[in-house]
Formats: sequence, C-alpha cells, structure tokens
Amino acid sequence: MTARLTARDITLRYGDRVVSTRLNLDVPDGAFTAVVGPNACGKSTLLRALVRLLRPEAGHVELDGREVGAYAPKTLARQLGFLPQDPLAPDDIKVWQLVSRGRFPHQSLLALWSPDDEEAVTEAMAAAGVEDLADRPVQELSGGQRQRVWIAMVLAQRTSYLLLDEPTSFLDITHQYQLLGLLARLRDEGRTVIAVLHDINQACRFADHLVAMRDGSVIAEGVPGDIVDAALMKDVFDLPSVIVPDPVTGTPMVVPTLQGE
Amino acid sequence: MKTLRPRIERRTALLVAVMTALMLGLGLLGLCYGASWASPGKVFAVLTGTERSVVISDWRLPRVLAGLVFGAALGVAGALFQNLTRNPMGSPDVIGLDAGAYTGALVAITVLSGTSAQLAAGSVLGGLLVAAAIYLLAYERGFSGLRLVVIGIAVNAMVTAINSWIVLRAELEVAIAAVGWSAGSLNGVGWDDVGIPFTVIAVLLVLMTTRAHAMHQASLGDAVAATTGVGLNRLRLLMVLVGVGCTATVTAVAGPIAFIALAAPQIGRRLAGAAGVPLLPAALTGAVLLQGADLLAQMLLAPVALPVGVVSTAIGGCYLIWLLTKEVRRA
Repeated sequence: MTARLTARDITLRYGDRVVSTRLNLDVPDGAFTAVVGPNACGKSTLLRALVRLLRPEAGHVELDGREVGAYAPKTLARQLGFLPQDPLAPDDIKVWQLVSRGRFPHQSLLALWSPDDEEAVTEAMAAAGVEDLADRPVQELSGGQRQRVWIAMVLAQRTSYLLLDEPTSFLDITHQYQLLGLLARLRDEGRTVIAVLHDINQACRFADHLVAMRDGSVIAEGVPGDIVDAALMKDVFDLPSVIVPDPVTGTPMVVPTLQGE
Repeated sequence: MKTLRPRIERRTALLVAVMTALMLGLGLLGLCYGASWASPGKVFAVLTGTERSVVISDWRLPRVLAGLVFGAALGVAGALFQNLTRNPMGSPDVIGLDAGAYTGALVAITVLSGTSAQLAAGSVLGGLLVAAAIYLLAYERGFSGLRLVVIGIAVNAMVTAINSWIVLRAELEVAIAAVGWSAGSLNGVGWDDVGIPFTVIAVLLVLMTTRAHAMHQASLGDAVAATTGVGLNRLRLLMVLVGVGCTATVTAVAGPIAFIALAAPQIGRRLAGAAGVPLLPAALTGAVLLQGADLLAQMLLAPVALPVGVVSTAIGGCYLIWLLTKEVRRA
C-alpha cells in the first residue's frame, strides 16, 4: 500500500480544545477510505487538517513528501478536492454556474474559460446526474439534488483526491446508496476518496479502508472485514452488537443488540 | 452539445448597454439643466470644442462626471462589503464607514488646516479606523455577517454622534461649512476637486477587477473558497482596503452620501440576473442612481439646490426599512 497523503504525529486544536494529539494516518492511494466514529470524535477536524483548512499545532500533513501548507493555494487545489458539510450557494446561482466554480484552480486572470473547463463541467454534471438541472437555480432544489450539485462542483475540480465531510447527511436512503456508488465508481477510475460517514454498515460495504476514531485518536484501521467486530464496536461507539455478513456483499454488518430500556 | 458560458455574457451585455445609455442620457441632462437651460446641440458644441461655455465645461461637466464616477465607486464599495458580510445590509453607509470617513474629514478641517490632501488622508484613516473597530467588536471565533451588520449599525450611531459633537464645538464658519456638507452634496464640485479622486478610484477599481473572480469564489463559503485555491486573508484585506478607499475618497470630496452603496449592488444584481453580488452591475447602477439623485436634488426645489444626500437618503431610507423587515423575518 502506498500513500501520497499522510499525517505524521499531528496535534489538532480548535481554540482551547485539543481535538487530536500525535495522530498518524496514511491515506491509501486509489482507495475508498471511510472515517467513522461517534459525534465530535475529531473526524471532520482530521479531514480539515488534511486539506489544510486547519493548521496542525505540531506534526506534519504531507502530500508527495511536501508539507501541504507549502503548496501554492491553486496547486494544492488541483490535487485535493474537498466538500464541507455546509457549503454556501450564492443567491440566484444556477446549477451549471455552481459546478463551473469547481474550475477555479485551473483558471487565471488571462484564461478565464477554456475548452477544458467546458468539458470538465459537462462531464462532472453527467457523473453526478445533474445535467437535467443545469439551468435551475440551486436554491430551488431538494436537499438530495443540491448535494449532488455540490459533488459535481468538486468533480469539476478534477483532483486526484476527493475528501467529503458527511456527504450523505441530508440524503434519503436511496440517494445515499447512489452517492456511495458514485464515489466507488470514481475510486475505480483511479481517484482516492476519503469520506466521513455516519453509517458503519455503508462504510463497511463501500470502503476499502476503514478508519475508526474516538476522542481524537485512531482506534483501528484496515480493511473493514479484517477489523470490524463486536469488540471494536464496543470500543468505538460503546455499542453492544453482533456482527453478521451483509447478505448482499458479504462485508461486515453491525446489528446492535440494544432494544430500548 | 450546447455550450455553457456565453449565456451570462448576453444578459450582462444587455445590462451594460442599457445602463451606459442611461448614464449618457442622465449625464447629458445634467449638462443641459441648470439656472439656464442649454440645448443638447449647444452641449455637444461645447464638448467638441466648437463653442465655449464656462458654465457647461467648468461647472456642470465636473459635477456630472463626479455624479457618475462617485456613484460607481459607492456601488462597488457596497458590493464589496455585501460580499464580505454575506448580507445585503452590510454596506459601508449602514455600518458606519461613511460616518467614520466624515469624522476623519471633520478632524482635518477643524484641527488641521483642511487642505484637500488632509481631507483625503483624514477620510481614509477615519474609514479604516471604523472598519477595524467593527472587526474587533464583531469577531468571535470567526464571523457572522448579521452580527457584523448589527454592530456596524451601532457603531454608525456612535460615530454620527461624535460627528455632531465635533461640529458643535467648531468655530461658526467651519461648522456651517461642515453641516452643509454633512448630508453629502455635489453642489459646487469643480475640476480642482475631482482630479485626484478620479485617479484614486480608477486605480482601486482596476485593482479590484483583477480579483473579482476570487471574490465570487469566496461567496461559496470559507472552506470551499480555500480548498479551491483562494487566498482568503489577502483577498479580504484587499476588499476592505478598496471598499474603504472608494467610500473615503468620495466622502472627502462630497461628504457622506448615504444609501447608494446599499441599494446599487442589490438592484444591479437583480437586473443582471447574476449569482451573488457582482461588481460591474453594482458600479453601473451606482453611477445611474447617484447621477439621477443629483439631478432630482437640483430640480425638486429649484432654484434651491438640495444636497444629493437628502434625496438618496429619502429614497434609500424606504429601501432600508423594507430590507430590514425582510431580513428580520429571515433571521
């Protein structure tokens, strides 16, 4: 397993709160990595550090052996695409316009719109299934449609990495699976995907590499089939459960044994 | 396959054409109108140099150009701060930057000798100080646009009070001059007053044009902006400096002209059917609004020329009330 994107002994802090201390992570190239863990365990913070929205207080986040903070903003933006939980859509922006914003790191003052941009935006809209919405204002769309538009924007960025912070949160169950399927296809096309996911069973089904976090530390990581067992669920989520094979894919499926009081 | 890009160009091009026609029309009207009416034919003759008229070329022309250029500058300043605060109420006149620039100008007049350089420096400094004060008061683990606007409104009230106090303590002639100017007026603006301001505004606008693309990218939220390659800190600093620079430059010459900066960007945005708050429609709309308001100010109680700020405040005040009720309902 090779990893171009790595975190070495990073300490992350929000204001006075230390989120993670001496955390290490190698993001496997060309794989789908899912980060799971209870609320406020530092998953999002870790993702923000990887895309240098948060500077580690100590330690290093490196891409190809070079500190991410040392890259020019647009150079890094052509490698790492990131979708936060709460992106803002400007008033009255249309779908194709928002998707076009993903081309920003490829544009300059003199080359504002190229055939490459055109192609990337069209392709991204097709991949995310939003071509038919191209002329619609984003604010009129449903939550699921809007999320796919944002995914298309990140795809138009044409980065080797896609980092997504809880991309399935506002989607109904069908759209959740469609989105995860899309991310898996993108992985098959050679991109590296890292997503914070809430649903452990979805993570087991779609991810090649699972990172389980609690209190800012990585408790376990590896192929879901190798690491997910009842003990891990207890350690990470305090959840008593039995693990059965997913009847569709054979990957681990967590069935909680809690039945109310 | 249909192409994506040209579609915005068409609507923006239409807006530019219509606004330019309006600017030329209102500008021409401004050259014709005055104590004595000059026919458009005569105005053209003077402009092309075949006839001479001091009234048209030295009195009316600089005033008309000031109306258009200052209007554009105020429109852009408004658009910049509305982008920064992500709030349609976050314009320099509402959050007290005009008032702050005016304080600086008042200090330059009352304490110093009041040369135009001192006025300009005083205005810029006053505007920047108020901007810094609002920034410090509003900052609390990042920004909320509404919080910044509400604090700005309070700061505006305080600074306005300080301005009144300065005027009350000033010597009589100085106070009378200062008050006449406090509403924002283009009365008596001549060529000597506009040379440097026009240059400063042109430089600021060109500078900002080179970063307009990044400004629109920043409207996607800090996280997306940063991870698509926008250097947010430098961009914000530039936006504040250009916004305060435009506001202060206009204030140094014409006093605090309220509500153009508030209304122009939103009207322009709607006319252009554009996403976010773009600069060009704001500039064009600002130019048309200020020149139109100045003409009204001259005509309403003719031969008495009102300060243009009275007209812009009367129109803009209604707009602000409407906007406030809408925002409060949303928040």
